[in-house]
Amino acid sequence: MSQMKKVDVVIVGFGWAGAIMAKELTEAGLQVLALERGPARDTYPDGVYPQTMDELTYNSRKKLFMDISRETVTLRHSVNDVAVPYRQFGAFLPGTGTGGAGLHWSGVHFRVDPVELRLRSHYEERYGKAFIPEGMTIQDFGVSYEELEPYFDFAEKVFGTSGTAWSIKGQVVGRDKGGNPFAADRSSDFPLVAQKNTVSAQLFEKAAREVGYHPYNLPSANTSGPYTNPYGAQMGPCNFCGYCSGYACYMYSKASPNVNILPALRQVPNFELRNNAHVLRVNLTEDKRLATGVTYVDSQGREVEQPADLVILGAFQYNNVRLMLLSGIGKPYDPVSNQGVVGRNFAYQNISTVTAFFDRDSHHTNPFIGAGGNGVAVDDFNADNFDHGPHGFVGGSPFWVNQAGAKPISGTKVPPGTPKWGSGWKAAVADSYRHMLSMDAHGAHQSYRDNYLDLDPVYKDAYGQPLLRMTFDWKDNDVKMNRFMVERMGKIAEAMGPKAISAGKKAFGQHFDASTYQTTHLNGGAIMGTDPKTSALNRYLQCWDVHNVFVPGASAFPQGLGYNPTGLVAALTYWSARAIRERYLKNPGPLVQA
Amino acid sequence: MSKDQPASVQPARRAFLRQSLTLIPVATLASTGLGGAVLADSATPAAAEPARPVTARAYQPTFFTQEEWAFVSAAVAVLIPTDALGAGAADAGVPEFIDRQLNTRYGSGGLWYMQGPFHPDAPSELGYQLKLNPQEIYRLGIAETDAWCKAQFGKAFAQLDLARQQQVLEALDGGTVTFASLPAATFFNMLWLNTREGFFSDPLHGGNQGLVGWKLVGFPGARADFMDWVERDERYPFPPVSISGERG
Repeated sequence: MSQMKKVDVVIVGFGWAGAIMAKELTEAGLQVLALERGPARDTYPDGVYPQTMDELTYNSRKKLFMDISRETVTLRHSVNDVAVPYRQFGAFLPGTGTGGAGLHWSGVHFRVDPVELRLRSHYEERYGKAFIPEGMTIQDFGVSYEELEPYFDFAEKVFGTSGTAWSIKGQVVGRDKGGNPFAADRSSDFPLVAQKNTVSAQLFEKAAREVGYHPYNLPSANTSGPYTNPYGAQMGPCNFCGYCSGYACYMYSKASPNVNILPALRQVPNFELRNNAHVLRVNLTEDKRLATGVTYVDSQGREVEQPADLVILGAFQYNNVRLMLLSGIGKPYDPVSNQGVVGRNFAYQNISTVTAFFDRDSHHTNPFIGAGGNGVAVDDFNADNFDHGPHGFVGGSPFWVNQAGAKPISGTKVPPGTPKWGSGWKAAVADSYRHMLSMDAHGAHQSYRDNYLDLDPVYKDAYGQPLLRMTFDWKDNDVKMNRFMVERMGKIAEAMGPKAISAGKKAFGQHFDASTYQTTHLNGGAIMGTDPKTSALNRYLQCWDVHNVFVPGASAFPQGLGYNPTGLVAALTYWSARAIRERYLKNPGPLVQA
Repeated sequence: MSKDQPASVQPARRAFLRQSLTLIPVATLASTGLGGAVLADSATPAAAEPARPVTARAYQPTFFTQEEWAFVSAAVAVLIPTDALGAGAADAGVPEFIDRQLNTRYGSGGLWYMQGPFHPDAPSELGYQLKLNPQEIYRLGIAETDAWCKAQFGKAFAQLDLARQQQVLEALDGGTVTFASLPAATFFNMLWLNTREGFFSDPLHGGNQGLVGWKLVGFPGARADFMDWVERDERYPFPPVSISGERG
């Protein structure tokens, strides 16, 4: 095995978390190497116009996503089942290559509801300990919104986020202007004003107001105008082309590590991005107390040892967990004994969609027009913005119209009762496509003792290593919440006066269906917290057991959020980087004493 | 400015020019023909379009045998028929699309994790679990369907009348027919998905010839700039454009 020259920092994965860490740690003067398993990618050629306006290649055949023929996960609904591989893309779509999923995400760029950072404490205080169901393992993150606020603020400036503030330093500025009255206070405004709203978003806004809710502009990492970020990276104004999710933005309008951070890193001599470098494991000292670097497979298949003083795991959520398990970092979680930490609190998103169909003469929603982060939402039922007491479930959900550009292979929906194929179907898609809108109850998802991650005993990847195994299913709490939310959101749909409504609602006993796309918002497995018995990382995303390994990403979330995760991933990564720069580098060791 | 343009376009068009024209390389616009479509020409009313061929161009299949080609051509014509609303899947070139797709990495299963052991009877919520790739699904599915048609009706699928063909596809779709080598619904679902893909994807993949799928539903294809249209509750008037610059 060849050995490379030692670097100060090796980063595994060059998505948002890896790019932010690389920028922060090069600023601190460190020699930083990012190892990315996938190919080099950038706006050219991966988002070039017009060749990439190709739904079949990018959406149906998933050109930019990870290659699951080489590496996937296995799935089962309970510990008593046999797990089988996730053979075709369905429920979730992780990325690969430069920018990771940050290249082909949509761009919904939220902060977090402060309550969700201390979810267990909050529920126990307001509703009592008994309110939290048996087996639900929700926890506090161990960090507060106030501590993270400067990092949310800076991340928005890096991303060039468009939105409408509700309050800045305690002063309400967004009343009747599209601000969210439930949003936490901010230290400064969004760097860009909110984007225009599509007809679908306008209809949602009007209807939501009519039924008594409080609509606001979605915070979007798609630009409402030209922008230059603090790193000098330039963005052009989003033109609502609709090719966002699953595509690289041809207009330089959607924030990505490639557009917003990499151009600055390319200017510094102490940064290197090495593509086609698949990390197999983190190497540890014999006592497993310290990392010495990583071993990866290069583009030709050679195993290469890369020594480093500091290791950052910035891979996708479940790949971070898998790398920890493959490397022997932290104690693997066992749901039977409820011992161990790596793999616990694996959570997802509890999402449902309602579609409204209009007469062709009443509204033209033109769903091909869209931007991935754009829309109008209500938070009346998100987080703990309403009294959960009478309803008997934990969790909340924002509702929104987020018209991201529906294209005809995947985006032609038909009213309930339409024939599945033939002339009846053909007439219905011709009649519906330009006259429908979809809204989502995005839905927080909670963690449970028996939803977890470990290594599969049977299936292997292309390198001979065990696949990660997901043991996961919906619980009654999830179904209760989902049904409650779909009913509330359905009132908004009804207020629009459509000719037909179709609604997806979970049923009790319904199993998680991996064959249908939901979201790529997977959480947990390497969670942060205040107690090394119930968390793999401390509040600075530092491994409790191996102090020179930090693990940013949604793998650190103890449960799923109502909002999209990327904003919190970015803020936590900046928060962790600040602790490394200001404290760890001066005195390497645990930043929190166990 | 053209007179048949909706009056409301013009102020918004100026806003578009101000905000984004400088971002699009002129060469890109010129090379695709899109610049002309967006910036100079007005919407062309559908009625004024030149007549399009109503049948797909000639194509020699390289994956399908002649018998398989006859099946696919007949089946997609039932799934999306040519009718009063315009060309259906066969006339849009969907059979060519499917034949070409089956010669890609997708066709040979290269986009899927295909390592064993296989558990084909696992719950459907865990996703596809057969060891068959798309080429094999078509080869076995067509052979099984034609054999079943011959046993039931004395003829291969393509030789049956339309009402019988509809019955057969309903039986596959509903899982009321049982095949030895694969579930009938697995074959049907792939055929139906690929039919929609071929009908609605960019014509560079072989289907959607004459942009008939996009014209049916009103999808503008690769136009990809709606700065002027975001907030407007009205019909989008411009015809579709393909990646190669073909206009519908």
